[in-house]
Amino acid sequence: MWWRLGYEDHVGPDPPRSEWNCLLRAQGGREDSRSPCSRGRGVPRPACILVSAALKQGRVTPTELCQRCLSLIKKTKFLNAYITVSEEVALKQAEESEKRYKKGHSLGDLDGIPVAVKDNFSTAGIETTCASNMLKGYVPPYNATVVQKLLDQGALLMGKTNLDEFAMGSGSTDGIFGPVKNPWSYSKQYREKRKQKSHGILAGHDPKDSTTIQDPVKPFTLPSLTDMSKLCIGIPKEYLTPELSSEVQSLWSKAANLFESEGAKVIEVSLPHTSYSIVCYHVLCTSEVASNMARFDGLEYGHRCDIDVSTEAMYAATRREGFNDVVRGRILSGNFFLLKENYENYFVKAQKVRRLIARDFVNVFNSGVDVLLTPTTLSEAVPHTEFIREDNRTRSAQDDLFTQAVNMAGLPAVSVPMALSSQGLPIGLQFIGRAFCDQQLLTVAKWFEKQVQFPVIQLQELMDDCSSIFENEKLASVSLK
Amino acid sequence: MWTRAVWQGLRASAGGRRGFPSKADPQGSRRVTAELIEHLERLALVDFGSQEAVARLEKAIAFADRLRAVDTDGVEPMESVLEDRCLYLRSDNVVEGNCAEELLQNSHRVVEEYFVAPPGMCCPKWLNRLSHTKLRMQ
Repeated sequence: MWWRLGYEDHVGPDPPRSEWNCLLRAQGGREDSRSPCSRGRGVPRPACILVSAALKQGRVTPTELCQRCLSLIKKTKFLNAYITVSEEVALKQAEESEKRYKKGHSLGDLDGIPVAVKDNFSTAGIETTCASNMLKGYVPPYNATVVQKLLDQGALLMGKTNLDEFAMGSGSTDGIFGPVKNPWSYSKQYREKRKQKSHGILAGHDPKDSTTIQDPVKPFTLPSLTDMSKLCIGIPKEYLTPELSSEVQSLWSKAANLFESEGAKVIEVSLPHTSYSIVCYHVLCTSEVASNMARFDGLEYGHRCDIDVSTEAMYAATRREGFNDVVRGRILSGNFFLLKENYENYFVKAQKVRRLIARDFVNVFNSGVDVLLTPTTLSEAVPHTEFIREDNRTRSAQDDLFTQAVNMAGLPAVSVPMALSSQGLPIGLQFIGRAFCDQQLLTVAKWFEKQVQFPVIQLQELMDDCSSIFENEKLASVSLK
Repeated sequence: MWTRAVWQGLRASAGGRRGFPSKADPQGSRRVTAELIEHLERLALVDFGSQEAVARLEKAIAFADRLRAVDTDGVEPMESVLEDRCLYLRSDNVVEGNCAEELLQNSHRVVEEYFVAPPGMCCPKWLNRLSHTKLRMQ
């Protein structure tokens, strides 16, 4: 097994520097990882908090940390997780971070912490491809706001990570750089995509985005939950679908039992329009895509074809060469739904259904429920060969089933890994909170995370097992069109 | 314990009801005609490329058709969850810019400070395009 359970006694000293051989360390626990209840002596601490503390105390330097991280990235190259590794940038940032720590002027908890950013976020001076031929070689002149906020806090940018082309998909299998391999099982190539909001220092108004909320955001801490009796957890009955795997169902049930046994009120609730949610999302999403992707015409940035006969011919060829089938398919679907004769019956209809879905959630939260507990996916990750048997649209419809409704209702949600399946793959559960009640949601999620003590992946063992096998492997799925 | 009773109840009801539209109707309620294909390609400036792509569109339409079953009488369309708020408008002050050179660098074809585009609607070839004429008549 590639994961090892134990736990750390966090009242003792932190381990010596020689044990920092990877960012993700083994953490303590019991033999049976699937039991969600924890009665252990200590509680696991997230790696980045430990690292941040070590940086502040000078037990590890940002440069050292950066170098170890870069080394780890090189050793796990077979996972195909990175499109671009920004080694020079990261080392320079590490140097600056080190200077700040020496002077005692660290920028905050993220100063010196290595981060990687998905390759559909603009990074100034660093190639941003969105895993598409349309933007291959494109170097943005600006940082996305989220990236800027991370850099302002002193985070070290290690590189840009792989994704489906323009993030259209659910398995990170359809980008031009090939699929991402699941480190939990190198033979299973599937990475779950999360659609939850980020938080902490990344929250708040963005003056460059007029659709962001202006309410002031104060950084908050997450208290420990001591009194569960005031908490009401809702279990939406429509999320128990026939396609839900028995393992996920069982874990969902265990989680509900856990909350109840600790004194929380756990009740069944109804979100009647659940089965239409994914259909609604499909129509609205493709319609937006049809509009958004119109910016890619080859004129100002991105790929441009060689045809020069006319603007229309140039645009059409550029977009044919630049986009893969999935992206083109969504653009075409979206354009269909937006046709004059279809607009009312598809687009406006979907907008009306959206209101019904949002209303379902409002009604549930108004009835006294604080947080909803649902599965995140139908089952554990499936093998790549099985995953690609269905097309991207079908897979997305299946895999996004539980997670897209909150996007339409505008609610915060978080997925927490709970346990490993019988195949050794992670299974997580989703918590959905009330609008703008992120702190309450995350407090509940944090409590749950502590209870289940999900095992941390042992990357060192994984690398030892896999790197020799994959040394000479050509990733056959990488095909540049 | 609530869970045992409820889970049994949930399982019983889930068995009899299809909670998830897993199998799309392969035929779809609308056939995608050659005319429609040409029309969409023209609007989207994206090719279908293959018969498979047409089949995928038909499936996508069939999937979307499930919305017909929802009763939306008297329901207003929702454009944004923030519909009760005003859109943020910042003050009309110039705070950034002067980056023409940086921006021009990203383009493949530039002349001085211009992005170069191929000829557009002024081109004589365009005046005889059938599909465009049809569009104007709709």
